Amino acid sequence: MARTTPAPERGRPFGERFRRSLLPVFTALVVAYLSLPILVMILFGFNDIQGRFNFAWQGFTLEHWGNVFSRFPALNQALINSLTVAVVATTVATILGTLIGLALTRYEFRGRGPLNLLIFLPIATPEIVLGASLLALFVSVAAPLGMATIIIAHIMFNISFVVVTVRARIAGFDRHLEEAAMDLGADEWTTFRKVTLPLIFPGIMAAALLAFALSIDDFVITQFTAGAQTLTFPLWVYGASRIGVPPQVNVMGTIIFLVALVGIVLWLYLQRRDVTARPTSLNE
Amino acid sequence: MPEADVRLDRVTKRFGSFTAVDELSLEVPEGEFFSLLGPSGCGKTTTLRMIGGFEEVTSGTISLGDEDVTDLPPFKRATNTVFQNYALFPHLTVFENIAFGLRRRKTPIGEIRRQVASMLKLVELPGYEERRPNQVSGGQQQRVALARALINNPRVLLLDEPLGALDLKLRKQMQVELKRIQSEIGITFIFVTHDQEEAMTMSDRIAVMRAGRIEQLGAPEELYERPRSEFVAGFLGVSNLLDGDVAERDGELVQIRLANGVIIRAPAAATNGATKVRVGIRPEKLRVVHQGAEAASDTAETNGLDGTVFDASYVGVSTQYLVKTADGHTLTVYAQNLTSGASEALSEGQRVRLTWNPQHTFVIDDEGRVESAAPLEEESTT
Ligand SMILES: Nc1ncnc2c1ncn2[C@@H]1O[C@H](COP(=O)(O)OP(=O)(O)OP(=O)(O)O)[C@@H](O)[C@H]1O
Ligand SMILES: [Mg+2]
Repeated sequence: MARTTPAPERGRPFGERFRRSLLPVFTALVVAYLSLPILVMILFGFNDIQGRFNFAWQGFTLEHWGNVFSRFPALNQALINSLTVAVVATTVATILGTLIGLALTRYEFRGRGPLNLLIFLPIATPEIVLGASLLALFVSVAAPLGMATIIIAHIMFNISFVVVTVRARIAGFDRHLEEAAMDLGADEWTTFRKVTLPLIFPGIMAAALLAFALSIDDFVITQFTAGAQTLTFPLWVYGASRIGVPPQVNVMGTIIFLVALVGIVLWLYLQRRDVTARPTSLNE
Repeated sequence: MPEADVRLDRVTKRFGSFTAVDELSLEVPEGEFFSLLGPSGCGKTTTLRMIGGFEEVTSGTISLGDEDVTDLPPFKRATNTVFQNYALFPHLTVFENIAFGLRRRKTPIGEIRRQVASMLKLVELPGYEERRPNQVSGGQQQRVALARALINNPRVLLLDEPLGALDLKLRKQMQVELKRIQSEIGITFIFVTHDQEEAMTMSDRIAVMRAGRIEQLGAPEELYERPRSEFVAGFLGVSNLLDGDVAERDGELVQIRLANGVIIRAPAAATNGATKVRVGIRPEKLRVVHQGAEAASDTAETNGLDGTVFDASYVGVSTQYLVKTADGHTLTVYAQNLTSGASEALSEGQRVRLTWNPQHTFVIDDEGRVESAAPLEEESTT
């Protein structure tokens, strides 16, 4: 047995060298690549611009932070619309997607096979095609375009992502745990509440975060389904970009980023607490 | 006479066209340690799951006491289960795992604390309340699973190979422990295992299962000493089997003429009136003596067979001999090593005589033999 393993001395120096010198460099590059655009966004929220364009650094000001929510009332409305769409679409898609995920992994039923495949369609189809088709659909049933149509469209594409994420979590779930709960006197609903849900909750949470992130900055599908009257944050920014994006957009972007950051840190902290509750030392 | 605590009446379970449990009937009296023993795939788990309510019966009825529970869901049955992989809730502490059943019944928290503490004491795990299941060892998880089931004071405790995941030493220790707990609280245990030694040391009675049916049911000694089929004889240990015809009755015994003409005797009750029989003797019941020395030990009350030793292996507590009879049968003999050293050992090629008490002969009737002969040949006649 021992003879068949290659001499470990050969592999280690390279691995060691890689870990010591190259890996930190790569790490720094990746971090820079990921964070530079965000830094630019934050920085240009403080740019004391002259005229319309916010492309060159012209000095520091807090002015845009002061009037971020008063300078462009339409932008406020757009942000509120975006948040509304994201919250409603995420909530509905997460609930429906979780139930579909449960059904797909748990039960044999007619149409299960096709549904398992179809669920990938919205992910696989180019967004722009999906948007155009949705528009055609809404128009053909004479649905008035606006918040309702945006939300319906968002729920549709979000469901797929939720199902895929939740399904992965449920697949690793030990059915004996539910049997054990019922054995101990829990009916189906109590079993779901006390055992199934807590155990798949991290998957549901991850799915909801993903759905929210996808929804709040979706442009393509929203553009097709919003109609002429309704603007969301991305639509407003796109419209403004033709005459110059004001720094208030950067400020809003920064605020959204910070809120997301706090959320993620909180989430990691909670997960961490869950993990530290299970260190590895075993007795006996 | 205690009433039957668990009763299965012609219970059948089919998965599609496959019959996993076939018209199985069974009664377990209150307080008994009852085992379902059998090879992999014989339907032990399926039977247990039907009693627990996790599997619907295809036909037949299951009752606990005088209540028909056939159609009740698990949470309405007075049974609790120790699952093979324990199925402890990973997101709950040991305390909450054990308290799970009491919480469902809205037991006041003070009472829960008291009962969990006494359960932890019973399974010898006090102080482990706040740990998570993956922070305790396999043997401890097993105890938590046991405590979690027992705290509900079930009418019947179902255990599906609860010791299967433990190493041999811990397994032996838990066997003793389980037995102690069972006699302490006096609850009926239905215990599934495919380990015959485990079943024999722990059970009051054992049902040996095969292909969805009970092959034989009885106390461990009964199954071992008087197996009624080749399957049971082979499953519970090594046995030597010989074919013969029932010749004549001789008081409590019958004479059986073996194929080679030798007459041996067996308890008359065991033959069940059959004429063609297969008889068996356990290897440790045989005594080996040098040929020529037989006069001393051979009496009218013993059975005897001549043969030649062709293999002797020393296995510590005993020596195992393989002895070939004149007509080519091979018999296994375990001779206890009463003195140390090889002085009394028999060497290969030596002609010997095997003797045994006729009461130790068991008889498998022809019917059982035909049904079970083929796949078991190598298992039962070493
Ligand atoms: N859900 C199922 N669908 C189809 N067949 C099944 C199902 N559950 C069990 N079986 C079959 O029923 C038979 C009995 O299974 P069971 O689990 O009761 O065996 P067992 O005696 O517990 O075996 P083991 O010792 O391996 O656990 C097996 O042949 C098994 O393949
Ligand atoms: Mg099994």
